[in-house]
Amino acid sequence: MSEVLTREEPRSAVKSNVILDVQDLKIHFPIYGGLFQREVAAVKAVDGVSFQLYEGETLGLVGESGCGKSTTGLAVLRMLPVTSGKIVFEGVDITNYDQKQMRPIRRRIQMVYQDPFGSLDPRMTVADIVGEPLEIHKLHGNRAERRERVMELLEMVGLRHDMIDRYPHQFSGGQRQRIGIARALAVEPRLLICDEPVSALDVSIQAQVVNLFQELQDKLGISSIFVAHDLAVVRHVSNRIAVMYLGTIVEISSRDELYANPKHPYTKALMASIPVPNPIVEAGRAHHIIKGEVPSAQRPPPGCRFHPRCPQAMPICKEKVPELRPEGKGMVACHLFS
Amino acid sequence: MSKPLLQVRNLTTKFGNGPGAVTAVNNVSFDVDAGETLAIVGESGSGKSVTALSILQLVPDPPGRITGGEIVFDGIDLTKLNEDEMRAIRGNRIAMIFQEPMTSLNPSLTIGLQIGEPINLHKRLPWQKAYDKAKELLDRVRMPDARSRLANHPHQFSGGMRQRIMIAMALACQPKLIIADEPTTALDVTVQAQILELLKELTRETGSALILITHDLGVVARYADRVCVMYGGKIIETASALDLYAKPLHPYTRGLMASIPRLDQPAGLRLVPIKGQPPNLAQLPPGCSFNPRCGEVAERCRRDVPELMKADDKHMHACWMAPHV
Repeated sequence: MSEVLTREEPRSAVKSNVILDVQDLKIHFPIYGGLFQREVAAVKAVDGVSFQLYEGETLGLVGESGCGKSTTGLAVLRMLPVTSGKIVFEGVDITNYDQKQMRPIRRRIQMVYQDPFGSLDPRMTVADIVGEPLEIHKLHGNRAERRERVMELLEMVGLRHDMIDRYPHQFSGGQRQRIGIARALAVEPRLLICDEPVSALDVSIQAQVVNLFQELQDKLGISSIFVAHDLAVVRHVSNRIAVMYLGTIVEISSRDELYANPKHPYTKALMASIPVPNPIVEAGRAHHIIKGEVPSAQRPPPGCRFHPRCPQAMPICKEKVPELRPEGKGMVACHLFS
Repeated sequence: MSKPLLQVRNLTTKFGNGPGAVTAVNNVSFDVDAGETLAIVGESGSGKSVTALSILQLVPDPPGRITGGEIVFDGIDLTKLNEDEMRAIRGNRIAMIFQEPMTSLNPSLTIGLQIGEPINLHKRLPWQKAYDKAKELLDRVRMPDARSRLANHPHQFSGGMRQRIMIAMALACQPKLIIADEPTTALDVTVQAQILELLKELTRETGSALILITHDLGVVARYADRVCVMYGGKIIETASALDLYAKPLHPYTRGLMASIPRLDQPAGLRLVPIKGQPPNLAQLPPGCSFNPRCGEVAERCRRDVPELMKADDKHMHACWMAPHV
């Protein structure tokens, strides 16, 4: 794996100013029970996540189901109540903004959803779907201007002008995902949150949409958070990648560093689990498969949350929570490095 | 050479009637040898799952029905059997593992009953013995604490554990053939690897043949001996896994390989997607059904339907433009 990860492709410049700063974010969902329906426990979906996103950068959030990657994405848009921590967007603390205050912010942060079948209103035409955010945010005043802008957006995402009056059911999954992307881009956001945008698509279509993301990043210099469970897909679109496990970030690093030199045992396990489409490579590859499954976020294991499954667990891992600290070119939360 | 365990010949399965009829599986032929793992790869709508259901005569009728071909398993043509005779084979000599373990287990019965049932039914073992056998099977699929878990219901297990239960059920009667339809698609990556590794180990131990249906070319590379690639209801290429990855001949297979992001290649490489959309089975183009998306299309591809032709002894493809003998 070593010689292959050396090439750096030309990318839109990542600037040095921070567009999004997430500090010690916690999102706990209360569980009510007992005679008086008191809060008896909480699902700690996100439990102390911090990261910074630079302008023009794409940060990949990877992990298995229940690791809190989607919840983190939704929290940035303030679509979920934040238990504690801080979300600072373009220098403004938006953690406690109410719905009305969030409105102008939501013009700057847009979302692309996973399911292209569930996220488009079946009774609206493409012109309405893509034009709606323009209307809500009072951009491009009259109908004709809006239509013009929708045409422009369709072209940008690779759809034909004559598709503008069609309904979602007339499109395939990949085309619907393009409509979802056009809608998100309509208001010229500065930050795009993509929640598993290609995982519902067939392989031959997945590549089309991944390439579209890369083109748009290059062309628009937009910052994005790309949430996915597929390490191979994330690698194609991200500058930096954060690996999450049970509500925490276990490792965060530049793309090339993470794949060439994964440090956390979980990152290593995740990579070893993904089969490479080449039987010769596969035959020579060691299949270190980790035991067990992700435990419940309601009662996460004490100490390092990964320790019950970790092949390198030490006594300290059961007691002390490892902190995310700099190691080499990235950051890792593991006692092996402290 | 001995005869293959399963011979599928010119299998055609249709859904619906009249002009709206859709041919989900179109004149498909392949063999499975005893003990080998054959992968059937394709995207949604390629006909890979309907092929599996057809082998077990489980295509919902109506609207679906097998309109032609033979499925010879161990010398018996399954298409000629009646429902009772088929029942004696299903779960006994051919077992199936489905994608979604939650919907394929009965939520109101304990898993001990569900694993014991095929043993009691097919092997005519009394319930007490079938129950003991169920415990043994759970041990074999590495279920911790097997004895006490026999009394649990499916909702008390995680997705990975449910899939282990499905595998235990499939193995119950020592089938000669197991058909696994996307057995790990609903699972997380680390659990996916555990389950596939387990399946490989157990089929090797018992000598069962395995038909692995998947869309994941990585999984195929790791686990399959031979591969059939399906597109638009037809097999468009078949070869040993080594040959297929070393020299894919059909433009669709090559397109698939170029379009998947993979960990063993430089991250800066652009993916090369296949242009266009997967075909609508109700309106297949004339000639080769891949021709509208194909980069090497010629006049003949728009006119004549290519059937599988030999490139060499073990490698076949259905493309007019690829080399063949």
